[in-house]
Amino acid sequence: MMSIDQQREALNHSGLEMFSLCKKQLVNAQEAFFTHDNDLAEEVIHTENRVNGLDLKIDRDCERFIALYNPVAGDLRFVLALRKINFDLERIGDHSYGISKYIVEIDLTPDERLLELLQVKEMFDSALSMLDDISEAYKSGNSKKARKVFKKDKVLNKINMKAFGIISTEVKKDPQIIDQVMLLFSVIKKLERIGDLVTNIAEEIIFFKEAEVVKHQKKSAVKRKK
Amino acid sequence: METKIKSAVIDPSIKKKHKLEAKAVKVYYDGFTAIKGIDMNIKANKVTAFIGPSGCGKSTFLRLFNRMNDYVDGFRMEGEILIDGENIYKKKVNVEQLRKQVGMVFQKPNPFPKSIFENVAYGLKIQGINDKKYLLERVEESLKQVALWDEVKDNLNKSALALSGGQQQRLCIARTLAVEPSIILMDEPTSALDPLSTAKIEELIYQLKNQYTIVIVTHNMQQAGRVSDYTAFFYMGELIEYDSSKKLFTNPEKKQTENYITGRFG
Repeated sequence: MMSIDQQREALNHSGLEMFSLCKKQLVNAQEAFFTHDNDLAEEVIHTENRVNGLDLKIDRDCERFIALYNPVAGDLRFVLALRKINFDLERIGDHSYGISKYIVEIDLTPDERLLELLQVKEMFDSALSMLDDISEAYKSGNSKKARKVFKKDKVLNKINMKAFGIISTEVKKDPQIIDQVMLLFSVIKKLERIGDLVTNIAEEIIFFKEAEVVKHQKKSAVKRKK
Repeated sequence: METKIKSAVIDPSIKKKHKLEAKAVKVYYDGFTAIKGIDMNIKANKVTAFIGPSGCGKSTFLRLFNRMNDYVDGFRMEGEILIDGENIYKKKVNVEQLRKQVGMVFQKPNPFPKSIFENVAYGLKIQGINDKKYLLERVEESLKQVALWDEVKDNLNKSALALSGGQQQRLCIARTLAVEPSIILMDEPTSALDPLSTAKIEELIYQLKNQYTIVIVTHNMQQAGRVSDYTAFFYMGELIEYDSSKKLFTNPEKKQTENYITGRFG
């Protein structure tokens, strides 16, 4: 029989694997998007099966951990947090898959000027940087680091909000770009959602490490507290 | 008599104050210090669980509340134990009267080798109560309180030893309730029972807390979390942490408590 520590370590390891897999999916989706690399996009689409498989495994292992080890206190918070983190990571995987699907199925090369105007690269970079921070926070159990992503999410939200106005102006100037902007706007929405999912993960890490629920709170207040 | 129980329940002055208090309590068995100075208040009409590894002093501490340790060889106590503000270790205290007020349920069901009726009526009879109608009323009421009445009402003269373990334990609780205590001490009351009987006793504890102050010693963490309002963690004769069970089992203050409740030591 595995001890509760060994079982928890095994779960933690699966969590790390999920982080690394989902991050790789987003990195590849970004590269495929900017280099128009259909093969790489296809790879992301195929790897989605692995993400789903690992998602199911973690869910099942969490359920067994709760049923067989009756965790309380820190152990319980860990497994509850991991289950939600796993859900959020799987959704991040879905968004990378979605972006890759666009690349393969909508054969469009967005105009460089539009990409720059809409700050798509900045969005990818911010989302990836947030994912890096949160992986590190999970790995080291550092809830202070987890709090960092709240600020970075604001960058994503800002670019997303600005996109409305930019698209409106650009389409009025040249209605021919409608297909391009629809594609870009869909990608922007996905990246903005990834930012939200990473902040959800941060909330779970804070719950697990500090037994504090920071969901649905103004994040500026959350940061001030510590 | 029923009015008497209810008055103890509803009286708001009792609800507000601490039912049981321990002040700087130390217990020695010959040279060994079993309790190393504990201060603790236990609220009325609440269930308080004592947890901790074997030999941590939780049972010794529980037994102080009805002076069950008095006859243990080498027992010596310092400090005060107060019930409703009265020190129960004063010389003038009538121990028999005290135990009427503070009932106890043990780990192993211990019915007397008598009929079901005689078991429940026993405490009343030794108090000199022989009014059959009144005895029957009390027996019925006590058995109803422990949800055993429907199972045994047609066999009250049957030997209590013929009951199942879970039924015997509920019978022992009924025997305790018959003398109308205000406090019930339970020393691992379900550790010898199967899960279904355990669930029945736990449900019973939950219902009884409206009328009684209950203190329960248990090795079952889940049980402590389920049935108690407050939990006290003891270790090596000391009270390490005492908090609401919700807090203690989700986010204990002390690392030692966390290590114990998560099964990492003890």
